[in-house]
Amino acid sequence: MLRIPCPYCGVRDQSEFDYGGDATVNYPALDASEQEWFEAVYLRDDPKGPHTELWRHARGCRMWIIVERNTVTHEITGARPANPAHAEVLKRDFELETT
Amino acid sequence: MGRYSAWEIIKQGLTGNKGWERAWRDPEPKARYDAIVVGGGGHGLATAYYLAKEHGIRNVAVLEKGWLGGGNAGRNTTIVRSNYMIPGNTEFYEFSLKIWENLSQDLNYNVMMSQRGQIVLFHSPAGRDAAARRLNIMRLNGIDGELLDREQVMKMVPHLDYSENARFHILGAAYQPRAGTARHDAVNWGFARAADQLGVDIIQNCEVTGFLHDATGAAIGVQTTRGEIRAGKIGVAVAGHSNRVAQMAGVGRLPIEAHALQAFVSEAVKPHLDYVIAFGGIGHFYISQSDKGGMVYGGDLDMYNNYAQRGMLPVVHDVHECVMQVMPSLGRARLLRSWGGIMDMSMDGSPIIDKSPVEGLYLNCGWCYGGFKATPASGFCFAHLIAKDEPHPAGAGLRLDRFRHGAMIDEKGAGATAWHH
Ligand SMILES: Cc1cc2nc3c(=O)[nH]c(=O)nc-3n(C[C@H](O)[C@H](O)[C@H](O)COP(=O)(O)OP(=O)(O)OC[C@H]3O[C@@H](n4cnc5c(N)ncnc54)[C@H](O)[C@@H]3O)c2cc1C
Repeated sequence: MLRIPCPYCGVRDQSEFDYGGDATVNYPALDASEQEWFEAVYLRDDPKGPHTELWRHARGCRMWIIVERNTVTHEITGARPANPAHAEVLKRDFELETT
Repeated sequence: MGRYSAWEIIKQGLTGNKGWERAWRDPEPKARYDAIVVGGGGHGLATAYYLAKEHGIRNVAVLEKGWLGGGNAGRNTTIVRSNYMIPGNTEFYEFSLKIWENLSQDLNYNVMMSQRGQIVLFHSPAGRDAAARRLNIMRLNGIDGELLDREQVMKMVPHLDYSENARFHILGAAYQPRAGTARHDAVNWGFARAADQLGVDIIQNCEVTGFLHDATGAAIGVQTTRGEIRAGKIGVAVAGHSNRVAQMAGVGRLPIEAHALQAFVSEAVKPHLDYVIAFGGIGHFYISQSDKGGMVYGGDLDMYNNYAQRGMLPVVHDVHECVMQVMPSLGRARLLRSWGGIMDMSMDGSPIIDKSPVEGLYLNCGWCYGGFKATPASGFCFAHLIAKDEPHPAGAGLRLDRFRHGAMIDEKGAGATAWHH
């Protein structure tokens, strides 16, 4: 069982989360070339080792987060909000501590 | 090395079984081959065999970083079937099943192909419609398949949960009588022995760590943990490591991610299940009984990028929920073993057998969780591609550039599942 440190809720079991894939993919502008879209949608680095990836705390706070995980050892070395602006608002309005 | 036969068994039995020779040689790598196949799984071994047998290219080496069958070829749940419905897949998997039907004779090795039939349950009227559509498409392509109603399934497999309050209410099934199972290790060993007899060098403990290119960028050889080896042509069939090797070779990134799939085996029980049973849609589950009596089963991927050959508990939980929902009679059977393998999940769920953008380098990948059944046809078509530089008709739809052109072979009909696998 992975134990994912949700920046909003703390450490939780992997079964509370859904996986969202490689977080380093940058989707291009809507009018970008077919080549750019092809690369963003289909091609992946697929590294063996450290991987920056999206998870959603679907059965928790429902927030998207970015996790640094090793794809061989499963060691998790970091987790941060996927949308820092969103996290800022939460912190300001609800005094939520995010790490 | 002689042929295996009943006569040989009697002769060896009478002479203390001392005369059996090793099934394939353990040669030192040569400096140069006409063709190299990277990856000694089922697909790599089959490719080497058909290069030698069908195309007379016998100066061939299979380079395997570990031991034969240490990858997915020796880790799968051994289901063989051809119930695919999208052009590209349909003809390819049926071509494969036809080879399976004679494979033991062809290889002179008992691959224990057992055409016990596969029953794919459906649990809703929509599931029935989808099954009927799939079966119609199969039959139009000359593939066997029958729609079973609830009563027919009850007669064939009386011990599933047919109760009114069953969570997965069984309404019927799609049945392919010619589907079944084969023994995975025997398939690897059979192809290895048959390839070796035709002159192929099978080199284990030999990891490819780099590629040699000429001035034009063409691939002309590989660096390995056992030295440099040159080759006229290089085929890559490394399953879960496809993206790694492709990037190492200068092909660039592939539309593939590595994911773990688990398998489970129970303690041996008396004959309990005559068919392969599967279902998808709600849950994902498949089960058969091995000749030793163990129930062999599995379910979904672990669903996140993964190069560790073992799985995590959430899927263990899911899969056993499926067992209990459908075959509660197994509730007290003990789980003996479980393990994982690294799948080369392509973005549309279908495989790739194609030339790569690098001259002299050929790709065989994207097998997802269904490549065992493809083993003979994959080797056959890949060997044809490598030998003749053009695709074999049965595998001609499995092109690398289909993603770029939007011509996906999307068997699930779910659209581009780019971050799903
Ligand atoms: C748990 C599980 C259940 C499955 N169930 C089924 C099923 O029921 N039916 C079905 O049809 N399919 C099934 N599959 C899928 C099937 O096993 C695979 O698609 C198929 O085996 C892949 O092809 P292969 O045999 O060539 O792969 P592998 O056996 O994985 O071969 C690839 C080889 O390449 C080697 N390699 C990697 N990198 C290098 C390198 N740099 N240098 C040298 N060698 C290298 C690896 O060591 C490995 O031996 C299942 C898979 C798993 C894991």
